[in-house]
Amino acid sequence: MSIKNETLNAAGKLSHDKDEHGKSLWYYAWHRLKQNKLAYGSGIVLILMIVLMLLGPALSPYEFDFIDWENMSIPPDFASKHYFGTDALGRDLFVRTLYGGRISLMVGFVATFVSLVIGITYGSISGYMGGRTDNIMMRIVDIMYALPFMFLVIMLMVVFGRHIFLIFAAIGGYIWLDMARIVRGQTLALKGKEFVESAIAIGATTPTIIFKHIVPNLLGIVAVYVTLTIPQVILVESFLSFLGLGVQEPYTSWGALVNEGAQDMEIAAWSLIFPALFLAVTLFCFNFIGDGLRDALDPKEQ
Amino acid sequence: MRNFSTKAGKITRLSVILVTLLFGFCMFRYMVKRIIGALPTLLILITISFFMIRVAPGGPFDTEKDLPPEIQKNLEAKYHLDEPLYQQYFRYLGDIVQGDFGPSFQYKDYTVTELIAKGFPVSLTIGGFALLLALIIGVTLGTVAAVRQNSWVDYFLMSTAMTGISVPNFVVAPLLILFFAVYRNWFPAGGWGDGQWNYLVLPVLALSLRYVAYIARLMRGSMIEILRSDYIRTAKAKGLSTTQTVLKHALKPALMPVVSYLGPAAAGIITGSVVIEKIFGVPGLGRYFVQGALNRDYTLVMGVIIFIGVLIVVFNLIVDILYAVLDPKIRLEHK
Repeated sequence: MSIKNETLNAAGKLSHDKDEHGKSLWYYAWHRLKQNKLAYGSGIVLILMIVLMLLGPALSPYEFDFIDWENMSIPPDFASKHYFGTDALGRDLFVRTLYGGRISLMVGFVATFVSLVIGITYGSISGYMGGRTDNIMMRIVDIMYALPFMFLVIMLMVVFGRHIFLIFAAIGGYIWLDMARIVRGQTLALKGKEFVESAIAIGATTPTIIFKHIVPNLLGIVAVYVTLTIPQVILVESFLSFLGLGVQEPYTSWGALVNEGAQDMEIAAWSLIFPALFLAVTLFCFNFIGDGLRDALDPKEQ
Repeated sequence: MRNFSTKAGKITRLSVILVTLLFGFCMFRYMVKRIIGALPTLLILITISFFMIRVAPGGPFDTEKDLPPEIQKNLEAKYHLDEPLYQQYFRYLGDIVQGDFGPSFQYKDYTVTELIAKGFPVSLTIGGFALLLALIIGVTLGTVAAVRQNSWVDYFLMSTAMTGISVPNFVVAPLLILFFAVYRNWFPAGGWGDGQWNYLVLPVLALSLRYVAYIARLMRGSMIEILRSDYIRTAKAKGLSTTQTVLKHALKPALMPVVSYLGPAAAGIITGSVVIEKIFGVPGLGRYFVQGALNRDYTLVMGVIIFIGVLIVVFNLIVDILYAVLDPKIRLEHK
């Protein structure tokens, strides 16, 4: 009886400890992230910018494709409510910058999500299966890595026409390579662990083991990687739009706006500076958050 | 002094020759292996390009007015467009092996090979200088930051580097033009001249900035790790100054991550030069590529892609050999 009680107590204590521990990895990571002033500040700036992008256009009386014939290419001016000025066609740059930001961020999130799904699935299967399957799967990744991707995407745009979903697919279809490699490496490290062995002993099927037991344990590294992938994708999209191969008129994105701004920067510097500033600040924030998250989740720091 | 006329001297000389031969043989075998390993990549690249072009609407001989059918037929026969697709594919493969990328759609008097031969030296100049600049400045700044770790110098350099990484080159380039060519008339805003140095400054700067920043970050990280190792402590205990320790003992091993980053960096610089050449109006490979893409000059686009694929493969091979030469721990065969 007393032994049983003791066991129960111990078990209770153990599960209590486990609760504490289960909370603590993310809890401490969050705590450390908050200590990192740069990362925390970047997070706040980013959230403010997203709120501005969602609500900002409503603050302006102008639509993103409205042409103000009386105010073409004017500098920032509060009297006419063109807060960032207008472009050479008389369109309001405040609204266009925020709209462009929506597109840029949307491409960033969607393409990253595509790469996330493909990369996790591919990488965890490759790492868990091991042997010949792993060899072949990783060889395919190696081959794709060596392709000059940006040039192929440009060619894709030229041949099949420019469509925003093509951009999503093309970027997401390439960016997953890094994710697959990282996930595979982590899976290799995890697959020898006791909890996987016990799952095998219970008789769990391979898909269950991969997606229920291994993938949840990868989320830390995946979170870090996602914050570093989003700016990369935004950059690729801007690059394409800058070359005139991305988003089509009248829609716009930061890359397209920078391109237009660069063309008349000698007479209208504001049309370059505002979109460039928004783009740079966003990339800056994502990079700092990614760096901070990596430090926060690094087990060596504990 | 070694005396090669004695018996022992002869044996020494023989063994030196043997070791050199063996090393040369290993290197040769390794290179052949790597080139064979890269073939599937290139084949896939060529195949994708070939069939994408075939899917694309339009052809090299499309004109406003319809050609008489006989001429059309003659033209098709001349360029083998009347053959079955698989035969055209293998013919194209054979042509590429011989360096023939076919006629350009847009520049009627040129073949794609001629256009590449015209543009490549220009791109190579800009890209080469950009990579060199990124290496020299990046390594220097990274080392300084590592030696003065957690000082204001370190914080200043690293936050500047973060800015350099976050600001894309197509933003940097117009800003550089705005400040150094429009507001201050120091450098030409664009063009190539005949490759005089003042035409090079701004494009090279805009292209290399991101890689300066990245290499500085890499270098700082690896240098900090090396500076903590035991043999550096020994070197310091021996009484060497910090400068001597860093230059003589720490620099070479700390360079390894930078060397392995050279491959991706070169690929990035090649991609970046597309934008830089467009902005500065430099007549390099990248500008031909963008012009070709916007004008649907399929053969030119395809030729440039394949050429760049080969270029990246060759460059990665050079980097790997350099890596092995710098680090005796790595044996070529085991890679």
